[in-house]
This record gives sequence, C-alpha cells and structure tokens, in this order.
Amino acid sequence: MSDKVVRKLLSRLEGYSFDEVPWVSPKPLSECRVAVVTTAGLNQEGNADWNPGDQGFTVLSGEERNFTLGHFSPNFDRTGWIVDSNIVIPLDRLDEMAAEGKIGSVAKTHISFMGAQPDHTLETIRLDTGPAAAKILLEDEVDVVLLTPV
Amino acid sequence: MGTLASVLEQSGIATVAISIIREQIEATQPPRALHCEFPLGRPLGKPGDSKFQQQVLDAAFDLLNAESGPVLVDYPEEISDDADAPLSCTIPPADHSDKHPAEAEALGLLPIWRRTYEKYGRTTVGKAVTPEQVPEIVTLFARIADGEDWTSVGLPGDPTKLGADIKNFYEEASLSLSEGVPGARQAETWFVTQTKAGDVIQRARIALEKQEAGSYFTTYILPLTQVREPGSDTDE
Repeated sequence: MSDKVVRKLLSRLEGYSFDEVPWVSPKPLSECRVAVVTTAGLNQEGNADWNPGDQGFTVLSGEERNFTLGHFSPNFDRTGWIVDSNIVIPLDRLDEMAAEGKIGSVAKTHISFMGAQPDHTLETIRLDTGPAAAKILLEDEVDVVLLTPV
Repeated sequence: MGTLASVLEQSGIATVAISIIREQIEATQPPRALHCEFPLGRPLGKPGDSKFQQQVLDAAFDLLNAESGPVLVDYPEEISDDADAPLSCTIPPADHSDKHPAEAEALGLLPIWRRTYEKYGRTTVGKAVTPEQVPEIVTLFARIADGEDWTSVGLPGDPTKLGADIKNFYEEASLSLSEGVPGARQAETWFVTQTKAGDVIQRARIALEKQEAGSYFTTYILPLTQVREPGSDTDE
C-alpha cells in the first residue's frame, strides 16, 4: 500500500492553475489525429537519466518505439514499464483504435516531459517549453493529446 | 501535468489527461481528466492487458464529448500496489568468494539481468553507471554503510543515481526470476527487504544521513516508503 502513502504526501503539494480553463472543442474523435504527451521522462537516445528540475522535453518518434525511461523519482513502479511500454505510452493501443476507425490517425510525433517538478509554478513549461512542444505537435497536425503521468 | 495540459489546450490542441494524484488535478484544473486510482508508474493500469488498457483509453477519450470543463471523472475500477507482498525470487548461487557478499550477489544476477534485457529490450539502469558496473558500486556503498567517508570511497557519481541504478538492476533481474508480470512494487520490496544489496543501500542511507551528505541524497536514494531504521518493520 505504498502508493497510498505517496499519494497522501503529494496531495499537499501546490499546483498552478490558469485563471480560466482553456477549452478547445475537437472534431469527432474518428477524424482526430492523436498524440501522447507523457511526463514519464522518456527519450530515444538510451538515456536513463533526467535531472530533477529539468523542465525541457524530448520529441519521440512513434515509428521507432525504442523508449528509455529516465524519470528521477524512485517513488513509482518501473517493472510494469519494463514488460509493457504501453502502460505509459499506449501507442499499440492507439494503432488498434486507428485501425478500428475509433480515432482518425496516430501522430508521428509524441512528446515527453518529466513530472515531479520542484518548481510548482512550472514557469519554463508555461512560457517556453510547453508552447514549443505544442508547436511541434501542431506541425504534425495533431488534434488531440492524451497526457499520461507516472 | 494538469498545468501542462492547459498549456497545450491554450495552444489549440484538445487534451485529455490521465490523473494519478487526484488532489493535484483538482489543484491544477486541466480541461479534461480521468482519475485512475492505479499503481503509480502504471497509468494504463495493467501491463500486458491490452483489453483493460483499451477500456481505460475509451473512458478517457469519452471525456472529449463534454461541452465545457474542467471535467474530472473517476475510473470505476481501482488497482492497488503490492508493496506489502515482496516478490518471491531465489537468487542462483554464484562463486565469487573473494568479493563482498553483496557484490557477489549482484555479480550472480548480471546474467539474469541480461535475460530480462534481451526479452524486453528496455532498461532503466544507466543513470550513472552501466549494468556491468553495478556489482562494484554495491561494494562502494557497503564501505559507506560500514562507516567510511562517502566522499572518499570513489563513488563515480551522484549517490541517488547510483542507488537507483542498483535498485533498478535488481528489479529488472527479478523479472527473470519470477513467473508472469509482478504486482506494482513487489520487486522493489523484494530488493529492499530480501537482498544483500538492498540491506547495503538501507544502511548506506543511514550512514549518509549521519555524515550529513545532504537531504537530496538521503531522500531519493530509496523509495520514501522503503525507508526503515535498523530493527524496525514499519515505515517511518
């Protein structure tokens, strides 16, 4: 029951919310191009290390799927990730949904940040890296993003 | 992650977030979130279970039909971690009689770790050292645990990253010493409570605290729920 203890501790952390909740009304899902943005600290360079406080991001190709998880925190399970990467970045499931016509298509480009940031205002993500990541996704004509944490 | 969702939505992309810490999502108010009370590290719930993962995705994408937000919905099924039930693994004996017992244990696990890597093609070892270096790093931590100054034993990097490499090496090796997919944190508890290297890291953590190595090193060298004092069976 370790996660209950961790959840209780993390529930006390401050969060940063926008004055108004931004809202985009998407096309029907069956016409949408879908990307994953995860905060698991993934990359495709075989780098198992991501420094605490680094609010940068990595661009992930959905074609290679050779991801390495570099998140700094020891406070979550990694064995599920080792046996099945879909537990964090469910690209096989999205492929199936596209084949079934549930979604329009799976993006070529996906993004990873790392969560558990000590700066709860996420200033760099809000002002710099977040918009930069969105621009890359928009260039791939992404309509919908699924966000996954660890 | 809630804030990041809002940044992306502000840029013109509709978002749906899987939530794992409900209070954080309540505080950050992303446009749409499906709270999944699943083990931390497993946001899609069940590794190797494509049907279950698909059900979670269907529930998440269903939130795109909402006309206004923020939307926060709880997934109806909960999954707990299994930290209280350490994985049952038998480490094959290895003859490294000239080595520290914990280093010999890690050396014996190296070919087992390789089997996991060959099977799944993924590792989380490599923050500071390679899997092949892990056994000798265990010995350095054993020296710290036995009272040597942590700054003079020759650690080749940040103690927390080295500790993570050792823990992750053991967890990954355990996947080839057990059947099926373990519950969340079962391998972690096995490492900390059942292995020589786990005992070394626990004792080294205490030694680092005594030597005032810094709270960052001692806070993150082990999962916070695995921090135990000698002779104690309960979490701090």
